[in-house]
Amino acid sequence: MTDLTELGVAAIREGVAKGDFTAVEVAEAFNANVAAAQPALNAFIVATPEKALEAAGAVDADRAAGKPLGKMAGVPIGMKDLFATKGVQTTAASHILEGFKPEYESTVSQKLWDAGAGMLGKLNLDQFAMGSSNETSYFGNVISPWKRKDGGNASLAPGGSSGGSSAAVSARLAPAATGTDTGGSIRQPAAFTGIAGIKPTYGRCSRWGIVAFASSLDQAGPMARDVRDCAIMLEAMAGFDPKDSTSLDMPVPAWEAGLSGDLKGKKVGIPREYRMDGTADEIVKSWEQGIAWLKDAGAEIVDISLPHTKYALPTYYIIAPAEASSNLARYDGVRYGLRDLPDGAGLQDMYAATRAAGFGPEVKRRILIGTYVLSAGFYDAYYTQAQKVRTLISRDFKEAWAHCDVILAPTTPSASFALGEKSADPLEMYLNDVFSVPASLAGLPAMSVPAGLNLEGLPLGLQIIGKPFDEQGVLNAGLAIEQRAGFTAKPEKWW
Amino acid sequence: MSVDTATVAKIAALARIKVSEAEVAAMVPELNGILAWVEQLGEVDVTGVEPMTAVIENHLRLREDVIDADPLTGGNKRDAVLANAPAAEHGFFGVPKVIE
Repeated sequence: MTDLTELGVAAIREGVAKGDFTAVEVAEAFNANVAAAQPALNAFIVATPEKALEAAGAVDADRAAGKPLGKMAGVPIGMKDLFATKGVQTTAASHILEGFKPEYESTVSQKLWDAGAGMLGKLNLDQFAMGSSNETSYFGNVISPWKRKDGGNASLAPGGSSGGSSAAVSARLAPAATGTDTGGSIRQPAAFTGIAGIKPTYGRCSRWGIVAFASSLDQAGPMARDVRDCAIMLEAMAGFDPKDSTSLDMPVPAWEAGLSGDLKGKKVGIPREYRMDGTADEIVKSWEQGIAWLKDAGAEIVDISLPHTKYALPTYYIIAPAEASSNLARYDGVRYGLRDLPDGAGLQDMYAATRAAGFGPEVKRRILIGTYVLSAGFYDAYYTQAQKVRTLISRDFKEAWAHCDVILAPTTPSASFALGEKSADPLEMYLNDVFSVPASLAGLPAMSVPAGLNLEGLPLGLQIIGKPFDEQGVLNAGLAIEQRAGFTAKPEKWW
Repeated sequence: MSVDTATVAKIAALARIKVSEAEVAAMVPELNGILAWVEQLGEVDVTGVEPMTAVIENHLRLREDVIDADPLTGGNKRDAVLANAPAAEHGFFGVPKVIE
C-alpha cells in the first residue's frame, strides 16, 4: 500500500472521494508521523490526534451516506498556533498565553473545518510571529528536517515565523498547514524547507481570531507541497468576513480550476533593485534559472524598477513594531493568560510584572521600539515618515504594473542557516526578510515555490509577486516554475 | 536620535514592562543599532506624499444597528468572556486593589 503521508492535498482528497483509502486511515498515518517526529523536530506545541480522527470519521460517514464532500475533505492539516481554536490551547508560542483556551474559533480555521479538513495539532512558531528562524518560541526551537550535506550535523532553521508549519509539511507530518505572513512569514519558511506557500492579497483571508501582530500587514495563507495544493487550500481559507473590518467583500475565485502554466502573452518584471550586494551567488543563479523557466513558459521578461526597495525593511521595522506595541497592550494579566502578581503589588505593578514574565526578549524589543516610535515628539519623525515611505513603496509597484503582470524575485538572500547563527544580532536576522517585506508593505499577493537545491543540498525558493487580487497570476507563474523545476527533493529522514 | 538608559527605562514604563537595570543597559545599544538603521528613511524625499492608511482600498462598513447582530460576538457572553481570566470573581474580572 502507498505511504499515505507521501500524498498531498489534492491526492488525499481524490483518494478519499474515490474510496482508495479512508480519511481515518490518512489521519492515522499523519498522527503517527506527528508523534514520531515531535521529540526531534518540535514542530507542534500541542498535538490533537483526536481532532484529526474526529474530522476524518465525519468525512468517511458523509461519503458513505452519499453526501457532497468539501474542498478539503479528508485532509488533515497543521494549524499555526496563532489561530484561535475553540477549546484547544492557543499560545502564539508565548508564555503570556500559555493555557489560553479560546471560547471561539477563528474564521479561517472554521472555514477549513467546514471544508472537511481535520486538525493534527497546533504548530510552533516564533513568539507572536516575531522572528525569521523560529528561535523566539517559548516552547523551544523548531528544528528543520533538512541537513547540510557537508558531513556536519548542524541543526538548521526551518525559517520563521511559520517554522512549525514549514517543518511539518516538508517532513511529511502534514500534507499542508496554515501560515501567516506579516513580512515574509509564509514565504521565507517555505523557501527554507522546499515547499510552496502563498500570502494572498491583504484582506482575502479574515484576520478574525488570529492573534494580532501588525494588523495592517498580517495575512493568513496556505503552506503545502505544491502550487495546486496551495490553490485548493487558499480557496477554502479565503472569503469575506463581516467580523474583520479590512476583509475584502469579493467572491473567492476558482483558483484551482484556473491553474495554467502557460504564460504566453504574460509579462514578467525583474526588479533591478533586487540585485543587492550580499545576496548569495547561488540565489542569483537560481533567479536567472527562474527567468529562463518563465521565458520557456511563454512569458516575456521585462526589466522594471522599484526605486524605494532599499527603504522597505527600515519602513517595516517601524510600522510592524508600532502596530505590535499597540496590539500587544491587551496582554495585561486581567482578561486572559498569565498573571504575575508580586506580593503587595498594585494594578500597574501587576501589568509590568506580568508583561515582563510573559513576553520573550524579541517581543519586548519590538514593543519598546514600537512604543518609542509612537511616543510624543518622535511620532512624526519615525511613524509618519515610515507611512509616507510606505506610500512610495506601494506606488513603485503600481507603476511597475504598467509594464508587467507579475514580478519574479528570490524569496530569501540565502538558503537556511544554522540555529544560533544569526540570533545574536537582531538586525542581521531582520535583513533575511529583505525580498519578502516590500510585497507585504504593499498588501500584494506573493508566493514562494521551490526552485532547486544548493550545493549543500538545501532548498532555494523563488518568489512571485502579483497585482492586488491577482492570486491566479501568481499561482500560474508559480506553476510554470514548478513544472520546469521538477523539484522532488525531500529531507532525508533522521528523526 | 539615540536613546540612553533613562529613555529606555521611560519607554519600558510606558509599555508597562518591568525591566531591571541590567536589562536596560543591554537594550540601549540594541535599540540604538536598530534606530540608527531605520533613520535612513529620513533621506527619502516625501514632499507632498500622504502617509499610507490602507494598502488595499476598502470602505469601512457599518453593521446593522441592532443588539447581538452577530450571535457569535453579541451579548450574553459573560461566562465565555471570563472563562480565561486569571482571577474572575462574582462575574467580574478581579484585579488588585486600585483605590487606597
